Parts: sequence; structure tokens; C-alpha cells
Amino acid sequence: MKVKALTGTGAGAEAMRQINPDVVPAYPITPQTAIMQKFSTFVADGIVDTELIRVESEHSAMSCAVGASAAGARVMTATASAGLALMWEIVGVASGLRLPIIMAVVNRALSAPINIHCDHSDAMGARDLGWIQIYSESAQEVYENMLIATRLAEKKLLPVMVCQDGFITSHGVENVEIFDDDKIKNFVGEHKYPHALLDIKKPVTHGPLQLQDYYFETRSQQIPVMEESINDYLKIGEELSKITGREYKLFDKYNMDDADVVIVTMNSTAGTTKTAINRLRSEGKKVGLLKLRLFRPFPYKEVAEALKNVKQIIVLDRSVSFGANPPLLGEVKNALFDVKYEGLLHSGVFGLGGRNIFIEDIEDLFNKALDGKLEKSFYVGLRE
Amino acid sequence: MTLKSNKEIPIGGLIDEAGSSKKFKTGDWKSFRPITDFSKCINCMMCVCWCPDDCIPTEGNGNDIKRKETDFSVCKGCGICANVCPVKCIKMEEEAKFLK
Repeated sequence: MKVKALTGTGAGAEAMRQINPDVVPAYPITPQTAIMQKFSTFVADGIVDTELIRVESEHSAMSCAVGASAAGARVMTATASAGLALMWEIVGVASGLRLPIIMAVVNRALSAPINIHCDHSDAMGARDLGWIQIYSESAQEVYENMLIATRLAEKKLLPVMVCQDGFITSHGVENVEIFDDDKIKNFVGEHKYPHALLDIKKPVTHGPLQLQDYYFETRSQQIPVMEESINDYLKIGEELSKITGREYKLFDKYNMDDADVVIVTMNSTAGTTKTAINRLRSEGKKVGLLKLRLFRPFPYKEVAEALKNVKQIIVLDRSVSFGANPPLLGEVKNALFDVKYEGLLHSGVFGLGGRNIFIEDIEDLFNKALDGKLEKSFYVGLRE
Repeated sequence: MTLKSNKEIPIGGLIDEAGSSKKFKTGDWKSFRPITDFSKCINCMMCVCWCPDDCIPTEGNGNDIKRKETDFSVCKGCGICANVCPVKCIKMEEEAKFLK
């Protein structure tokens, strides 16, 4: 194991180097570009065996990924924001055709107004397109989640997105533990796609028309396989734990056991929240964090179990759903309905377009909640 | 054809056998049917070559080659055969009257 100074995008590229995909179709978009920039140097230096295909748009990138994956290749790509929006149509094709494509998503706000900084509106918009979504707090988690994603995608024949916060994680340098190539290559294994177009001994047709007679049956197959993938994610995580010594759960519980107030959030803000918790715990305040890793499939039962006895829950969303509950709040509410939750549920929207959320902001939320003064729904850091 | 359940079909809408299109009779799309007057046909093979669905069968080889009746279970009634026929021995007729 080596410790390297890497950004979140650099950690993603390191994972790709070890995974050694057969085909990577790519189109640059801020702040994802750094992944492909670094990965392309691995290709140019002959360090990986990858066919790197430079395409003319993200729609083409995902189309190319679909073709290569159907042919039997291990395929990876990366995108963000408008790039994810442009490939939308084919993102749904990838999951509908059950192609195990792995895509790094560097979360960035959607236009308009045009903005290059972090929020989760890109990936949240794609939450119903049939992809598994794993969120990463740090560059270290980006690296490890990419490894899990590869195994999970190829086991379930489902595409997987690995998300990280644009600029905050993607361009911030951290110490990242990169595990030995041979151990990781052994963990990831070889991709053996059972329906490869290029397998001439077993001819197949991908993507035929299905109308009223079969579309419903085919689509319905995706539902149980997504639900089952929760267990596969955990099993694959346990295998990776043997190499890294870290745990890969559906969500992390930080100081939750005796907490009166718990924040539920994802990605880098979980790290900010941990620091706020450390400060408040030193003052004897019982506050905690539930950091979600797996957003699709959503672990309703497990989240409900973890939160059902907490007096106050604050769900912090970095995106909105206009005219509806913010995405994370909506899911937490759904989960709590089944356990007849009787505590207080607060909803906070923060950080749209990269607006910073500070440790003090989170301390303030916890303190207000402890004093019984936190509103049911609020914005963090908005001038209103 | 009996329709299968979601547990009986391949994943992702995949077709996992070759040549399955033979099972699908797509000729019922047509609104016009090409009727060939074989007494005028000179077996020039223009219609055979032009047919976009390859649905005009032939028998024999070389100078003895002869076209046979159009396979109406596949023919879409596009009328290209009637259009290219140099002796005008193919007429497009309303499909409706054959369906009675």
C-alpha cells in the first residue's frame, strides 16, 4: 500500500488504472475533466490496455459505452452536470439493456444559471434511470467506491454511478491510500459478460423493439435486481474490507448511538458535519450523523431502523425537486413512514451552485434543534 | 404465440437466438398487394433484386432462373417491384379485397 497525494478526480483515475477497463469513451466537462486528463496519460504511457475513444459529445460517449459494453468490454466513463444531462437518453438505455457500465459522476449544478460548482442536481435528476448510485465523502472513498462499483456492476449486470462533490472533493488534495496493484486486480477480476455481441458462437440481438406485449415484463426485471444489489454491495464491500481494513456499509453512523439530533446527508458535507459533531460532543451535546453511501437502491428498511428512535432528524439536501420534497428528504420520509416515526423531521436545503456550508452553519443547526428552535424546513446560507 | 412471463424471458430485452425474425410474419402491414401476371413475366430478376425485404423467391440458376410468387407473409406492399418491372406485369391491388 502506498499513500499518494491525490485529488478526488486523481483518486478516480488511480482506481481506473488498476481496474484497467477495455474501453473508455470520454468527453471533457468541468469538473470531471481531470479524471480523463489523468487517465489519458496512463493510456498514452501504455500503463493500461484501454482503448480511449474521444467522442464529440456526452450523448456519443454513453452511446459508445453502450456499444462497447454490449460487445463484451469492461467500460468506464465519467461526466458531470450538463454532460450527464446531454447523455440522458442513453443513460436509460444502458440500464434498460442491463449493461454494466461504470461512470464517475463529479457532482455539479445544472444550468441555468450556468454554474460549474457543486450540487447534486445532476445525479439526483438521474436517480430514476435505473443506475446504482454510490456517494463518496472523500477522495479515499471515491477510489474504493470505484472498485466496489466495478464488481457490483459486473455481478448484477447493472450500470453504476460513483458520485463525488465537484471541486470540493474533485479538486481538493488529500492523502489517499492506494492498495497494491496485484491485490486490487485480483479483487476486481476479469469481466466475463454473458451476452457479448462479439461472441459469434452465441449470437444475440441487443435492443430490439418491445411494445405492449413485452416492454412491461422486461422493465419489471430491473426492479428486483436493483433491490437485491443491496446485499451484493455489502458482500463485495466485505471482500474489499479484507484488503483495506475499512468498512463499506449502506450508510455510516457517526456518534449516533445516544444522539438526540442526527443529520442525514451525503458526500463531502458528511465530513464537515463530523467536525461540527466533534466540537459539540466536546461540549457534551448529543449529536450525530447518518452518512448515506448507497442512494440507489435506497436502503429504506435499514435507514428506518437506524433513525426510528432519534428525537430529531435533520435531512440536508444539496439539490431540490421543484414542487416536491428534496430528493434525500423524500426518501428518508418514505423510510420513516413504515416505522411510524414520532420525532421531529427537519428539512434543510444547502449549497446549491457550490454555495459553501461551514462547520459553524452545521453547529448552528444542531444547537437550534437542541434548543427546540429549528424550523421544519429551511435553507442554509441563502439570502432571503 | 403464447406470451412469456418476466421470469421466462432473457434480461434487457435481449434476443438470445439467431434467425428469430423468421417467426414474425410482418406482411400484415401492407395496404397494397403486388399481383404478378406470370404469363407476361420475362424473368429478368429486376423485382427480385430491388425488393427491399428479399421476399420474392426464385428457382433455377443462370439463364433458367425463374421468379416465383411473392411471399405475402413478409411483403410490406411497398410497390417497388411493380415500379421497376420493365414489362409492367406486376399490379398493386388493394389488400382489403384479399382479406374478405
